[in-house]
Amino acid sequence: MLQVNNLSCERANRELFRNLSFEVSRGVALRIHGLNGSGKTTLLRILAGLYQEFEGDVDWGEEHYPLYIGHRRGLKALMSARENLFWSAAINGQKTKLSEVDEALRQVSMGGYVDIACGSMSEGQCGRVSLARLFLLHNPVWILDEPFNAIDSTGVQCLVERINKHLSSGGILVLSSHVEVPLTNLQELELRY
Amino acid sequence: MKRMVNRKQKTEPGGCALKMGNFFHRLGSPRPFYELSGVVLPVAGVLTLISLVVGSIWALGFAPPDYQQGESVRIMYIHVPSAIVAQSSYMMMGIAGVIFLIWRIKIADIALQCAAPIGASLTFLALVTGAIWGKPTWGAWWVWDARLTSTLVLFFLFIGVIVLRSAKDGSEAVGRATAMLAVVGLVNLPIIKFSVDWWFTLHQPSSFSLTESPSMPAEMWLPLLVMVIGFYLFFFFTWMYRVRTEILKREHRSQWVRSIDDV
Amino acid sequence: MRIILLTVKRDLLLYFRKPGDIFNPLAFSLLVISLFPLGVGPSADILGEISAGIIWVAALLTTLFSIDLMFKEDYEDGTLEQMILGREPLLLVVYGKIIAQWLVGGLVITLLSPLLGMMFYVNTDGILATVLALMLATPTMTLIGSIGAALTLGLNKGGVLIAILILPLYLPVLILGVAMIDTATAGDNYAGHVLWLAAILAISIGFAPLATEQGIRISLSE
Repeated sequence: MLQVNNLSCERANRELFRNLSFEVSRGVALRIHGLNGSGKTTLLRILAGLYQEFEGDVDWGEEHYPLYIGHRRGLKALMSARENLFWSAAINGQKTKLSEVDEALRQVSMGGYVDIACGSMSEGQCGRVSLARLFLLHNPVWILDEPFNAIDSTGVQCLVERINKHLSSGGILVLSSHVEVPLTNLQELELRY
Repeated sequence: MKRMVNRKQKTEPGGCALKMGNFFHRLGSPRPFYELSGVVLPVAGVLTLISLVVGSIWALGFAPPDYQQGESVRIMYIHVPSAIVAQSSYMMMGIAGVIFLIWRIKIADIALQCAAPIGASLTFLALVTGAIWGKPTWGAWWVWDARLTSTLVLFFLFIGVIVLRSAKDGSEAVGRATAMLAVVGLVNLPIIKFSVDWWFTLHQPSSFSLTESPSMPAEMWLPLLVMVIGFYLFFFFTWMYRVRTEILKREHRSQWVRSIDDV
Repeated sequence: MRIILLTVKRDLLLYFRKPGDIFNPLAFSLLVISLFPLGVGPSADILGEISAGIIWVAALLTTLFSIDLMFKEDYEDGTLEQMILGREPLLLVVYGKIIAQWLVGGLVITLLSPLLGMMFYVNTDGILATVLALMLATPTMTLIGSIGAALTLGLNKGGVLIAILILPLYLPVLILGVAMIDTATAGDNYAGHVLWLAAILAISIGFAPLATEQGIRISLSE
């Protein structure tokens, strides 16, 4: 369970948010939305533990080590889809078999691209490969920054299904998105300044 | 274990989870520092002026000339104090860096940032006066003497801090990176100094070092002491002045800064 | 421990897929030092006198230019974020990256150094000492350099900034290393130099990656 208390953050002398407090329980998704530059990405990075210039408390309780997928997709252009995912699993301390990696790629309909270097894929394909992590890794907390960008409608559907499954198994999701998301158990948070 | 509870020191007392003593905590936040330093600054200014004027007149007019170097030894009264204070200011930057990295006290970042240019200038002054002194003593403007060389390295260390700090203005992350660099530099400074000294002895010292007179008479070291104190006060005065300016710059949107009467 | 090996493997794989990252700094520094004979003249006396210094300049340049790229791509494509957030300790990943970096930078220049030594009329004793000195000093340079690379991440200032930050810190190994080669060339015992270089290396192995790890966290918090 995630508890945020009196979170304030300032960047470049501009206050992004002040005294933000909210809670997200297991099995619930929190969608953060707001205009461009309202601090969505900064908030997600704070929650993930990447951005440290803030005041207030972020308490994840037991659930450390979130799975974070940000604007930078975390894929090496020079490594194949399979190698990239294998590395993702390794850095998460997860021992994986190649068959599991291939299966995850199949789930995002990238099964035919396991050996292709990510540098030669299209933007949308890279998006899918990075989302294949959701099928491979077992983190209870997901933090996704604009996960629906650059993927097509079947991709969106596949992602929504995966998220609902994650939530029903007691996971937590925090995501930012401009578009409405068809999720059960959705909480909303709007950032304005 | 990854720390996911993150508390940052707040400017108001009370929000701090650290046991640090209230005094330091208060002094560590910009506003009380600004108010306190406003009282200290004029005093420091007057003391600086007195000690520098007294020290200069004493050193340049009344101290005896050296039996070997003659009148040219008087430049020592500028060279030695600036070198000493320059080294101290690097040390101070390193300590401020440690404080900023551990306790995240904003003032420490400002202190570090403001000390760097003064320290660099003093180092530069030490280098220039060393060169001027070197001409009559060694017959050359520059000699790769152990002290001059390690002062040169110190100058580069200062430059590194200044360059990194100014890479992105006002960013707290860069402030912490700079603090880190200052700490790494401070740890390395003795090793560097030691290795330069060793390197110098390896390459046969050229006659004698500038400041190593076997026993300095009291008529010489007393004015030198006054000058050293004067330089320390000068550093303190300019540093505090810069810190106050930087505080105003950073907090310019806050209520208390706006309510200060323009002079 | 497994993660260190995996990181080394991954980084080596990436270097081999983009050999320019290894090759260009090396080519550049070899080019620079071959300018010395052209500048000061081919006399064996002069070149022999300054040979140790020239070889060290080559080692410094290679390390500096390759260290700049150490975290840069990982930072830009977001894999560095994953290293921070992953369950495996970032410190171990940093160790892995430093090892890989040294294997393609410091080790290569160490292995090339006998060749350079011969070009600059260093005698056999001197060449042996050169290899030994570089073997001990290049890991230190990579370790200290990684701190600079971590602190300048995301500043887009390029290699010059790193050079300003870390070159002064390279001074002790430079002085010790050059003195060691000179001592050996003169036929004297240089065991003391070896111990000093090894001591500095040991301290660097212990502490530099800690600073690098913190530096990465700081730079990513931007």
